[in-house]
Amino acid sequence: MVSQDRQTIQFSALKKGMRARIVRILKCPCELERLQEMGLTEGTEFRVVKVAPFGDPFEIDVRGYRLCLRKKETSCFEVERID
Amino acid sequence: MPVPAAKHKTSVVAIVGNPNAGKTTLFNSLTGSHQKVGNYPGVTVERIVGQLRLEGEQVEVIDIPGLYSLNPQSEDERVAAATIAGTLDGHKPDLVVCVVDAGNLERNLFLFTQVAEFGIPTLVALTMVDRVQAEGRNLDLSRLSNLLDVEVVPVVGHKSKGTEELKAAIARNLESPHVPALDLGLPVALETKVASLRERMARLGADFNSAEIRRALLRSPDDTEDFLVTYPEVREAFDEARAQLESEGLAKPTLDVSSRYAWASMVQRASLSEPKGPRKRTLTDKIDTFLTNRIGGLLIFGAIMYLVFQSIYTFSQPLMNWIQAGFDWLAGLVSPLLAGVPILQSAVVKGLIAGVGGVMVFLPQIMILFFFIAVLEGTGYLSRAAFLMDKLLGWCGLNGRAFIPLLSSFACAIPGIMAARVMPDQKSRLATILVAPLMSCSARLPVYLLLISAFIEPRFGPFWAAFTLFAMHFLGLLVAIPVVWFLNKKMLKGRRLPFLLELPPYQMPRLRDVWLAMYFRSRVFVKTAGTVIVFMSLVIWVLSYFPRLSEAQKTRIQQTAVSQNAAAKKEDIDKKIDEAQLEHSILGSFGHAIEPAFVPAGFDWRITTSILAAFPAREMVVPSMGIIFSLGDVDADHPGNLRGALKDARWPTGKPLFNAWTSVGLMVFFALCCQCMSTLATIKRETNSWKWPWFVFTYMTVLAYVFAVAIYQFGRWVGGV
Repeated sequence: MVSQDRQTIQFSALKKGMRARIVRILKCPCELERLQEMGLTEGTEFRVVKVAPFGDPFEIDVRGYRLCLRKKETSCFEVERID
Repeated sequence: MPVPAAKHKTSVVAIVGNPNAGKTTLFNSLTGSHQKVGNYPGVTVERIVGQLRLEGEQVEVIDIPGLYSLNPQSEDERVAAATIAGTLDGHKPDLVVCVVDAGNLERNLFLFTQVAEFGIPTLVALTMVDRVQAEGRNLDLSRLSNLLDVEVVPVVGHKSKGTEELKAAIARNLESPHVPALDLGLPVALETKVASLRERMARLGADFNSAEIRRALLRSPDDTEDFLVTYPEVREAFDEARAQLESEGLAKPTLDVSSRYAWASMVQRASLSEPKGPRKRTLTDKIDTFLTNRIGGLLIFGAIMYLVFQSIYTFSQPLMNWIQAGFDWLAGLVSPLLAGVPILQSAVVKGLIAGVGGVMVFLPQIMILFFFIAVLEGTGYLSRAAFLMDKLLGWCGLNGRAFIPLLSSFACAIPGIMAARVMPDQKSRLATILVAPLMSCSARLPVYLLLISAFIEPRFGPFWAAFTLFAMHFLGLLVAIPVVWFLNKKMLKGRRLPFLLELPPYQMPRLRDVWLAMYFRSRVFVKTAGTVIVFMSLVIWVLSYFPRLSEAQKTRIQQTAVSQNAAAKKEDIDKKIDEAQLEHSILGSFGHAIEPAFVPAGFDWRITTSILAAFPAREMVVPSMGIIFSLGDVDADHPGNLRGALKDARWPTGKPLFNAWTSVGLMVFFALCCQCMSTLATIKRETNSWKWPWFVFTYMTVLAYVFAVAIYQFGRWVGGV
């Protein structure tokens, strides 16, 4: 069931172990194209594996591999939780 | 008429692939030690070319640095793209071997889609096949090969299994090349526009591939400004095409990337089955429970880094002593042979042998460090270390990986600077290189110990002595923070890339790869030492040797010495002559000339000259102080009476030269300045430009001067001087 008004949240609000899907990529600066080239395209599902000891970066499982991202560099992603 | 034989041309094969895909192992298996490490002209990116012998044919293999995308944003990626496009060498490679990790197929195939668009014959080497099979997944090779429209050769990660098959496939594909044609499922409306624009630009003499045109078309107009400024004729056509795409809802910058991933995902589903059953925790997950754990992870990280540092700092000592002893032995052997020609004797023994020897002693440290880097990188731990440390180093513009080069620099800046190659992009690598010499290396230690034991400990006690020693080591790190911040803000150009760090599955590094990494780094270093450093050693020797004192001047010194003390021994007189000789030399004159500039820091010409004389190797400063304070050659480890000589040293006015403030000022000066030609030569080698060594030398000297003056003047102000 897909609700009409999907609840999107900020990437950085996710916690360890949560699964989520990228709903929309806001108009992003050019350098963040690289995040998409790493496989974080619209509709991609991922899982937060771990957050580093000092609170950043966090490790996600996406497209079958492990990627670490810094919180502030994920601000252009709108994600929704899937459970 | 005999037809002239076709000019024999060596075939060129480029190896490209994602980082961690097993590219280095593959390259080493193909070429072994037949590798040449050089630089691309004008850029800091290293060019590694190997030789591969196929049946009857010699093939040149270019190892392109590991990268995630050919849409060039960093210097490495620009070089990689240009190598494949042929704009760098003047010709395209004859064949591209695209290394694809079977365990990470989607993302690896993304790069493959970009490679395929260059219109070059391509071949896929599929790595980690054993790993996916161990997971119980089914791999359909012929289907994969059909979908990719290239030959796919499986190679087993670690063993050289598959290497022979790959060689055969390379030979086959060179013989009968095949250019892959992929259908990425991009909208037809877009593709026709791309094709027609590409044709128009080709007529203007601009050779862009479809990907570049498509990207320019899909991006916002501001981003394509530089692209169009060179070809104003097509601007209108571009704007028109873009407007049309917008009306059809296709003008999305993400379209290009998402189409490629949709394609890659389709290929993966078709050729590789999902693991059966629920997701199991892999071995890597289990190891990571410990290694990236909040408390345990940091403890283990600390322990590993301690081991690395201890190995470079302490365990290398016996090896370094042997090398030093070897050069001393050589000097002892050569010296008497040249006794008849004092100038040649001095040039060879004090210039050449001492200069080269002083640098070659660093070889053990470099080998040990690169052993650890190869192991840490090969196992996958380096990425974990970066993950743990990123927050601590990230806020000032470095990233987690900078930890290793900076830590190594506390032993010696030379391996530290070389270790900066673990940084993924040139900008952060350069920033790391430029601050690495600020870390207090082991060669500065003798100076600290000398001055602390002479002026701090007797007056303030052991606590402050230890504190001073600690502060000297901490200072460089502290100063590095604003320097990096400034460099990133003002100096280093290039787009800031987001921090992206892949945590690859753990694996055992192959011994051969570890050895080759150590071997090639050492070779690069020895080559630098053998060229730049030998030259600079000789220059410094000339400056400290000429002009010579005349016999009359020597006699006068002798007479003065005897008149002061009738019982003066011959060796004491000789020491006086050595001191006078150094003062008389170009270096001494220069030391005198700059004395006025250093008086505000409380340094006289003897201090400035000994710092200048130590330029070939920092640890030379204690011996050269020995000469200049009339003590002859002093052993850096046992400065004994040099301490007394420093305490007795006076300005011509009779005021003591040294006190606590001057000594702290001198230590700080020494901690911050870059009086080390080997470091500068290494920076030149690693950045492929003289601009950066000059920059480092200048900024560090200015910093050192400002700090030394500030400390001395502060001392005067509070009445300590």
